Amino acid sequence: MSTAFMGMPGFPRAARAAVNDAQLRSNLRTATRTIREKRDAAVSELDDWQDLRAAGQAIKNRTLRHLDLYLERLESAVQAAGGRVHWASDAAEANRLVTRLVRDTGESEVVKVKSMTTQEIELNEALGQAGITAYETDLAELIVQLSEDRPSHILVPAIHRNRAEIRDILASHMAEWGTPAPEGLTDDPRALAEAARRHLRDRFLTTNVAVSGANFAVADTGTMVVLESEGNGRMCLTLPRTLISVVGIEKVVPSWSDLEVFLQLLPRSSTGERMNPYTSTWTGVAPGDGPEEFHLVLLDNGRTNALSDTVGRQALRCIRCSACLNVCPVYERTGGHAYGSVYPGPIGAILTPQLRGTTAEPEASLPYASSLCGACYEVCPVSIDIPDVLVRLREQVVSQPGHRSEKAAMRAAGWVLGGHRRLGLAQAAATAARSVVPRRLPPPASAWTDSRDLPSVPGRTFREWWRDRAEGKESGA
Amino acid sequence: MNGSRERVLGRIRAALADVPAGEAPPDVSVPQTYAASHEQGERLELLAGRIADYRAEVHRTTGGGLPDTIAAVLSQRRTRRAVTASDAPPVWFTSTAAEVVRDDGVDVATLEGTDSVVTGCALAVAETGTLVLDSGAAQGRRIISLIPDHHVCVVNASDVVASVPHALHRLDPDRPLTWISGPSATSDIELERVEGVHGPRVLDVVLVE
Ligand code: SF4
Repeated sequence: MSTAFMGMPGFPRAARAAVNDAQLRSNLRTATRTIREKRDAAVSELDDWQDLRAAGQAIKNRTLRHLDLYLERLESAVQAAGGRVHWASDAAEANRLVTRLVRDTGESEVVKVKSMTTQEIELNEALGQAGITAYETDLAELIVQLSEDRPSHILVPAIHRNRAEIRDILASHMAEWGTPAPEGLTDDPRALAEAARRHLRDRFLTTNVAVSGANFAVADTGTMVVLESEGNGRMCLTLPRTLISVVGIEKVVPSWSDLEVFLQLLPRSSTGERMNPYTSTWTGVAPGDGPEEFHLVLLDNGRTNALSDTVGRQALRCIRCSACLNVCPVYERTGGHAYGSVYPGPIGAILTPQLRGTTAEPEASLPYASSLCGACYEVCPVSIDIPDVLVRLREQVVSQPGHRSEKAAMRAAGWVLGGHRRLGLAQAAATAARSVVPRRLPPPASAWTDSRDLPSVPGRTFREWWRDRAEGKESGA
Repeated sequence: MNGSRERVLGRIRAALADVPAGEAPPDVSVPQTYAASHEQGERLELLAGRIADYRAEVHRTTGGGLPDTIAAVLSQRRTRRAVTASDAPPVWFTSTAAEVVRDDGVDVATLEGTDSVVTGCALAVAETGTLVLDSGAAQGRRIISLIPDHHVCVVNASDVVASVPHALHRLDPDRPLTWISGPSATSDIELERVEGVHGPRVLDVVLVE
């Protein structure tokens, strides 16, 4: 990935361009609807979903409130199992550390498992500057890398591309990176997946260093957990001699049995499956089986900043399932790139400003990239009250010196939703209603919030309801 | 050890100034009201159904029928050579005509030229249709179930648990674990599910009752 997010315009300008892209909007609409329906079906199969959600939320709260203790526990468990632990206070330090660890192996190539944390710190670029080539091995990440693009969705990073575009990308760029695409490549998904398999096979079998993230890190056992679908993760986690995992400090969970909650919450919320095809767990090194060396890099990079805000802290509960993206009416219209961060959608709108501060664009505009409809909160498997954090961040943005104009941000974000005056009114109404009766919207939007779990976005948006109401069409029910 | 460890831990402690000094982790209560399992059906039926949902095939047999079942599965997939764990029961292969290579540290090139892998598993989870391998008995190293394009996994009925909580209870975190729910799959191209990008494209589960 050579295109960094640096220098991105604020959300309103980026969104304006995206909303005008009819192809993008139609790709996104189809994709988010499909994933949403799968997720709803998978979730409705478990009658204790709300109990799992409550447990997930509480486990993460317990961890965050005692994060120092759990990280120290994780560190000693990993060391006891033969791994080495490194701490990085920011992106630059993490990149320096990983670069040194790769150099120490004498290698100049690494294979990578899809990892948002390494995208966040722009590790590939840093390694590139040090003469080390990082190869993405997840199919979507490969598409993004070959086209010098940026990911636009947490789960399906190349969701903005259709099969014809993907065919062209593989056909024209695979040769620059290694095994070329076969002659006469068609746009049949099977053929495209097969091309990726052939392109990467040798690389897996010959590369000696892998870099990954982790979905969870268990403090009491030192176990790392990675969920995936394709098997590229298993390749990277077992074939190379050296494995380096860059993991945000918020990924720790206290104990092995806590995984019983998260291994139920995550796949069903994310891909809408009962379980993703592959989950790998490892504890340090296993002699004779898998990597001989394991390094864990624990990353802060603004997380302690989010932790210090007693309201915003909850964003660190996020398990990156992407359910909130798929129900968000704003994301559905703009796609992920408009958020100017590796964390798009509702979670990106609260996480990015907290990690990076709200003094610059696009961070200052992100808290406005929302209609505050509450759908994201309803589907979040760890019950992050995203609207609440957004409102708090808005307060922070307007109160800070040098804030250019809330009106400008509001105007443009409102344009995304189809009319800034109505949006402003709708937001005011939504916010007022929330503060009187928490987490309830006026009817018929209350249908969303009364059922604790949002099945899918209703036929009418809040905006449409408001328009109808204003025009006297509202029946009152 | 670098100074960053102290810096990060220091920032965390400062960020948590609102947490009362006397608070211990158990003071943040975690409701345990979720179910240990979901009573979604008889275990073996449930497992078979869930695995079929993942587009893997289930073959049910008895201890006595196992060699023939394995032989039939291998011949159905036109396997000439299969790899298995060094401690896999010899009786598994008494009926098959395929060449069977035992994993005594076979190299990657050999695995590349091998059609199938036959392993056991530590346990299987009925509700999710998941097989869990822990490199224990009859399973071998992680690599052998990864490189060949076809995986045959033998599951003993007594190793089928109802749910994810039950599975975690029985597993040993010190062992490297691979949870397998269906064949390798990607949905990255217009969300159309395609089996097999890197892991085995075909998964056959032999359920022994
Ligand atoms: S905020 Fe919640 S819904 Fe969104 S990605 Fe994170 S865990 Fe999933």
